[in-house]
Amino acid sequence: MKRYSAFSIAREAFRFHSGWERAWRSPTPKAEYDVVIVGAGGHGLATAYYLAKNHEITNVAVLEKGWLGGGNTGRNTTIIRSNYLQDESAAIFELSRNLYEGLSQDLNYNIMFSPRGVMMLAQTEHELRAWKRTSHANRLAGIQSEMVTPDRIKEIVPVIQIDGPRYPVLGGLWQARGGTARHDAVAWGYARGASDLGVDIIQQCEVTGIDQSGGKVAGVQTSKGAIKCKQLCVVVAGSSGMLADMAGFRLPVESMALQALVSEPIKPVLDCVIMANTVHGYMSQSDKGELVIGGGSDGFNNYTQRGSFQHIEETVRALIETFPIISRLKQLRQWGGIVDMTGDRSPIIGKTPVEGMFINCGWGTGGFKSIPGSGWATAEMLADGEPRDLAAPFTMDRFKEGRMIDESVAAAVAH
Amino acid sequence: MLILKCPYCGVSAEETEFTPGGEAHLTRYTSGSEDQAFTDYLFARKNPRGVHFERWRHVFGCGKWFHTARCTATLEVFGTYTGQTSTPPDNIIAVIKAKRPEWEGFK
Repeated sequence: MKRYSAFSIAREAFRFHSGWERAWRSPTPKAEYDVVIVGAGGHGLATAYYLAKNHEITNVAVLEKGWLGGGNTGRNTTIIRSNYLQDESAAIFELSRNLYEGLSQDLNYNIMFSPRGVMMLAQTEHELRAWKRTSHANRLAGIQSEMVTPDRIKEIVPVIQIDGPRYPVLGGLWQARGGTARHDAVAWGYARGASDLGVDIIQQCEVTGIDQSGGKVAGVQTSKGAIKCKQLCVVVAGSSGMLADMAGFRLPVESMALQALVSEPIKPVLDCVIMANTVHGYMSQSDKGELVIGGGSDGFNNYTQRGSFQHIEETVRALIETFPIISRLKQLRQWGGIVDMTGDRSPIIGKTPVEGMFINCGWGTGGFKSIPGSGWATAEMLADGEPRDLAAPFTMDRFKEGRMIDESVAAAVAH
Repeated sequence: MLILKCPYCGVSAEETEFTPGGEAHLTRYTSGSEDQAFTDYLFARKNPRGVHFERWRHVFGCGKWFHTARCTATLEVFGTYTGQTSTPPDNIIAVIKAKRPEWEGFK
């Protein structure tokens, strides 16, 4: 792999940019791999990358039905934060946020991590108490976050209306080192890094069946033929239920549509990420000037990658009360992704009833921010055959054992 | 935007008048059951891409719970039926089989 650098840009500028090579290889699949990862989104590619880099397991294939990073990795609102309430979540999300800080250097690929700060508004007394509790929990977990007053919020976000009649801003939980990153670049950077270390990334290769012998995984049937493997890891977010069905078990997961939209581009008005959980809206401004707005998920099972328009309406209607400045903006485009929601709104990383088959799913509305940490933890699990400390609390058994990692109350809708 | 017909009051309305209630026809396990059966009742879901039976409530109308047969891959609604049944009625099954010949049937 040729490294990207200021020197390489200068060199290519003098030869009509003829020397750039493809960022990752597109090999034909081999007949057998040590590890097959299904799903070339951020989580799958990060898993492959850390498997190769941290554990030197490189006989790995990442299979993707569509195109790389074309699912939820390319459909989210790119928010990165780690101010979670529960210790288990805080650990994995803070590892993620930390890895994001140095990811551009690690991957030699600019993922445009922008630690511009994440402000979570408290607009009810209950929410204010909940954020205070979270800020104390964060302090105990060593995560930098702080409660801020409405006046301080107005300083940080001048366009906000803090004394609105319906949803006055009573305070906020401010994580200064949270922010955003370029979501596509995260997928591309991990793909380039993994491919360079020897991982085969195979796009347009749909898994149609899972082969087992004696309760143990033997390989997968795909649209490009059968591929044998010793270990199989399913990292397919909204499609997890379908893969589980192929293997003959059910998951505590339901797939639903989550939507987002962007406004027309305007001059800079907002230099941090704002989350207003009471009204189910969150917003940031992209480098192009568009306001990136996300809302709540639809409440019913859905695989169509489009949601119901009333959710967009609800989100925008509520945000306009807190940000009157956006009321005249036009919507530029709107889209949806299929998120995999668990009962406690925490992910599942662990073994499945089929020996040798592992799963990483259930990130729901909080998948993008967790990509590096999730890949790290999943790679550890695949290398050892057992989840290590980071992933151990997130096994599927927790539902049976009643040890939920309850982020549904703590984080409400907006992750 | 789904349009559902409440089988009780006969009103056809947009989904904003209803509230989704998740997968239908679950067998209820409670105290005294095996742990695994109880866990599955509480958490495990079929979550199919395709024909799905689910519960809805006519919350801004008559307030009654009812059932809906719907395709999660296309959002097509096959029909609605009353809540007093533990399996989909034959006429709904017939509608689905006519539209989805490859469907394996209610399990």
